[in-house]
Amino acid sequence: MREISVTASVRSLMDLLEQRTGQILSDGRMWRIEASLGPVLRARGFASLDALVDAIRNERGDALATEVVDALLNNETSFFRDPHIFEMIGRHLLPAAMERATVEGRGKTLRVWCAGCSSGQEAWSLAMLFLNGRTGWPEWKMEILATDISHSAIARARSGIVPQMEAQRGLPVSDMLRWMEPEGDHWRISPTLRDMVEFQVDNLFAPEAPRGTYDMILCRNVLLYFTAEKKQQLFAQLARHASPGGWLLLGAGETSIGLTADFSSCPEHRGAYRRSEAA
Amino acid sequence: MKNCLVVDDSKVIRKVARHILESLDISVSEACDGRDALNQCQSSDHDVVLLDWNMPVMSGMEFLQQLNATNARRPKVIFCTTENGLGHIKAALDAGADEYVMKPFDRDTLESKLQIVGVL
Ligand SMILES: C[S@@+](CC[C@H](N)C(=O)[O-])C[C@H]1O[C@@H](n2cnc3c(N)ncnc32)[C@H](O)[C@@H]1O
Repeated sequence: MREISVTASVRSLMDLLEQRTGQILSDGRMWRIEASLGPVLRARGFASLDALVDAIRNERGDALATEVVDALLNNETSFFRDPHIFEMIGRHLLPAAMERATVEGRGKTLRVWCAGCSSGQEAWSLAMLFLNGRTGWPEWKMEILATDISHSAIARARSGIVPQMEAQRGLPVSDMLRWMEPEGDHWRISPTLRDMVEFQVDNLFAPEAPRGTYDMILCRNVLLYFTAEKKQQLFAQLARHASPGGWLLLGAGETSIGLTADFSSCPEHRGAYRRSEAA
Repeated sequence: MKNCLVVDDSKVIRKVARHILESLDISVSEACDGRDALNQCQSSDHDVVLLDWNMPVMSGMEFLQQLNATNARRPKVIFCTTENGLGHIKAALDAGADEYVMKPFDRDTLESKLQIVGVL
């Protein structure tokens, strides 16, 4: 990989990313800056990163800075990413959450927050999982709040249109036929699924969207680029919005161990964390 | 090691598929049409067949029908085709295909479909 020199402009773009999102680009990933911003430079007609940084400094509003931050984020996602996690959710975690809600005398609605949802595949996977298992819980409903700091990812999610290449990634063809309709070269998410999910642009470090507490929070493949301090802040935030005994799912290779006392790992459900009872 | 029979009349597609499959630690055999594939299925065992639809001599659909008729414990079958319409997808599933990949496809898609059918 080509090394890119850390010019003042690269440094200031990294600072912008960190200020807005909490993400740190390690030295080994700095090539991303040039690679990701190429399209922005071309579309906006800037000759160099220096010119771009000047323009961000001088802009009145916030549009260019937002566009640049969006371009720097890694939005990689797919349907049913890490399938065994979804299997565990369907088989064990949802039934446990329903049992708990029943014992506590709450209504028959499960509330889920997908924090860092990218273009929506994670939220729709969960909605499909819930509806596919419907016969096991006919009276229950699920409401999903899905948030991401990326305006472009949320715009794609809200459109409900998935390019063919992404539509088939991770998704069994039976689910594709059941929950999507072809539209030209793209696939459209069915209204039933779309009604279950509310998408919002939101920053995890200054969240406005989550209301109250959630039976399950998915915050997967988001922690990667945060410092330990930022991760701790984030866990505190997630803990605020997790109901006592509520579930937290992280990405493969991510953990809360050593970073928070608010969640503990679950020996019987590997990869799942639980909100401590003493909230 | 699992084995995949790649059935496609395009040499380029066979090469691309081989490259991806081998990177996933799956060994690869190749056939250039349905007839060739049937012969190979009779003489050796495969875990999964990656199957084009439109081919000379014998189409993917005809291959699948004959495979179903002759082979009780047949390999998993994943269609992999430019026929991307709903009609084709439904017909493939009705005929017993286990999964469906629309061309163009990438490594992640193929990997996930192999997971879904239980080969990975
Ligand atoms: C790699 S994607 C993971 C998407 C999905 N959760 C999954 O696992 O497939 C990470 C997402 O986190 C979002 N993100 C990063 N920093 C964020 C922040 N401070 N607030 C909200 N979302 C953030 C990014 O925009 C990106 O869409």
